[in-house]
Amino acid sequence: MGNVLIVAEHANGKIKKYSFELAGKASELAKELKGTVTALLIGEGAEAQAGELGHYGASKVITASHAELKYYTPEGYSKVLSDVIAQEKPDVVLGTASSTGKDLLARTAMRLGVGLASDCVDMSVSNGKLLVSRPVYAGKAIIEAIPEGIPQMATSRPNTYPVPAPQSDSPSVVVFQTDPGRIKARVKEVVESEAGMMDLTEAERIVSGGRAMGSADNFKLIKELAKAIGATVGASRAAVDAGFASHDHQVGQTGKTVNPTLYIACGISGAIQHLAGMRTSKVIVAVNKDPEAPIFSKADYGIVGDLFKVVPILTEKFKKLLQE
Amino acid sequence: MKIGVLLKQVPDTETKIKIRADGKGVEEGEIKWVINPYDEYAVEEALRLKEKAGGEVVIVSAGPARATEAIRQALAMGADRGIRIDTTGIEQDPYTTAVMLAGAAKNESFEIIFAGKQAVDDDCAQVLIGVAEKLGWPHVTPVEKFALSGKTATLQRPVAGGTKEMIEADLPVVVGCEKGLNEPRYASLPGIMKAKSKPVAELKASELLGTERARINVTKYSLPPERRAGKIIPGEPEAAAAELVRLLREEAKVI
Ligand SMILES: Cc1cc2nc3c(=O)[nH]c(=O)nc-3n(C[C@H](O)[C@H](O)[C@H](O)COP(=O)(O)OP(=O)(O)OC[C@H]3O[C@@H](n4cnc5c(N)ncnc54)[C@H](O)[C@@H]3O)c2cc1C
Ligand SMILES: Nc1ncnc2c1ncn2[C@@H]1O[C@H](COP(=O)(O)O)[C@@H](O)[C@H]1O
Repeated sequence: MGNVLIVAEHANGKIKKYSFELAGKASELAKELKGTVTALLIGEGAEAQAGELGHYGASKVITASHAELKYYTPEGYSKVLSDVIAQEKPDVVLGTASSTGKDLLARTAMRLGVGLASDCVDMSVSNGKLLVSRPVYAGKAIIEAIPEGIPQMATSRPNTYPVPAPQSDSPSVVVFQTDPGRIKARVKEVVESEAGMMDLTEAERIVSGGRAMGSADNFKLIKELAKAIGATVGASRAAVDAGFASHDHQVGQTGKTVNPTLYIACGISGAIQHLAGMRTSKVIVAVNKDPEAPIFSKADYGIVGDLFKVVPILTEKFKKLLQE
Repeated sequence: MKIGVLLKQVPDTETKIKIRADGKGVEEGEIKWVINPYDEYAVEEALRLKEKAGGEVVIVSAGPARATEAIRQALAMGADRGIRIDTTGIEQDPYTTAVMLAGAAKNESFEIIFAGKQAVDDDCAQVLIGVAEKLGWPHVTPVEKFALSGKTATLQRPVAGGTKEMIEADLPVVVGCEKGLNEPRYASLPGIMKAKSKPVAELKASELLGTERARINVTKYSLPPERRAGKIIPGEPEAAAAELVRLLREEAKVI
């Protein structure tokens, strides 16, 4: 018997797509471990949606809400997660490598004195144990590793697995009476800068602009293309340093690591530190006027040309296609 | 104020990584070693805090002999002294590293610790969190704005999609530094000269670890699958764009 506990996340009353993805993967792993999947949903606002996790493989969902859990805090949430682990005694605990998941599982693993493998790009069962793959050296190498201890813990990079087709199963939903303990680092305020912008790490489509954009104003070409295909806007460090886009948009070794199905790089040369952040994208497209630009050696499709001509035409063509 | 900085020496981001023949690690021979880029923000923030509040900045690094070089670079930036935990022959993972660093920090009774949000070699983003948990302190990471008033720190933490949290934390706290927090200074020539005579103490990893062992068992290192170069779509912008859109829909099936 090997039961799997997953930490599900939610925002604005909706369960995150990456949590359904994780539930799907966890249920595959649980089958091999001859156990079941329990999902834990911490915080307020999504309790009514908890049952949806059952459609993707969770046979039980535990909700834990409390006034002190309105915002994520490492202390409060890790107390709850450890208490739930003590009650449920899972063999494997999984989360998503999101800003919450990475932080929460790291704090909890230390609290329990068990191993955590973060930001995994593959997970499987080998000899009855969780075996993971994770990139190191900014993706320049991959390690295979076994997190030791009970439970074994790992976080999975978003968009690594397809979300399974929903089934009609409904899980049992139980409420966990919780005490988040004393919290010494408190969230006072949450400020949204660009309403509704999806985080790059979760985005399925990304359009990024580089130094060649020339100005913040020209960056609107990138935004328009992104809008046409429902993508999130990314940027190279050169574009961020030049002030064309804010740091939240930076993709790469000192920016975000992204894992979309489609990544369109416009006027980006493809420096090793940029590639570090986007090399696992499923399909890479490059638009660059220099046929020798390194990005072309990693791109699935390339157009050699002036982005100021190519990008607006692309935007129009996508708009037309997607309207049909 | 007694300020600690957790600093790791890592391969330069341009370094080509080669896997050892036994598949159990990477070749270290040709690596150029630098201070982890995020830890430079940590050093800078610590120095700025000292300039305001007075006190001392102590650099703590767990690594082999070469790590002393990185500590000296931080001393040249202006830190006061260093501690190197000698990890020769020790199995280092985020768990053991955090245990050792927390042990050293405890002996120093720091009032605040700055670290990088992530080391760019193992990319774990775990060690600073482990240190905080082990010490029973709160942590906040990644942090792009920091201010201190009395015993309360105010920190800005970017979360998903451009959203930012404003956090208030009681000291002592571990702060994971993000790009944008500050512009790290360069070491001045006099700084470099002075650094040579600043003390760097050495601690034994085994004494801090006791019977603790690594919690991550790495079974294999490999290189990632190479991406092969794809198609360059020929033609004028109009025709090339039309063809790209077609390929993305019909061949790649991503639109
Ligand atoms: C420690 C460290 C960390 C780093 N972290 C990151 C990181 O996280 N992310 C990151 O991106 N970089 C990072 N860098 C920087 C990286 O090395 C590159 O400098 C940066 O990625 C270059 O950005 P770019 O491709 O936009 O600019 P450039 O390299 O200047 O490339 C611009 C490209 O635009 C093309 N171009 C120009 N005009 C046009 C036009 N009209 N139409 C089409 N194409 C055109 C050019 O041919 C060129 O290829 C880091 C560097 C270091 C040292
Ligand atoms: N061996 C080490 N010595 C000192 N500090 C470290 C060490 N490893 C990690 N750290 C600190 O913890 C941060 C996060 O590291 P990591 O969890 O390895 O990504 C780094 O930016 C450093 O500030």
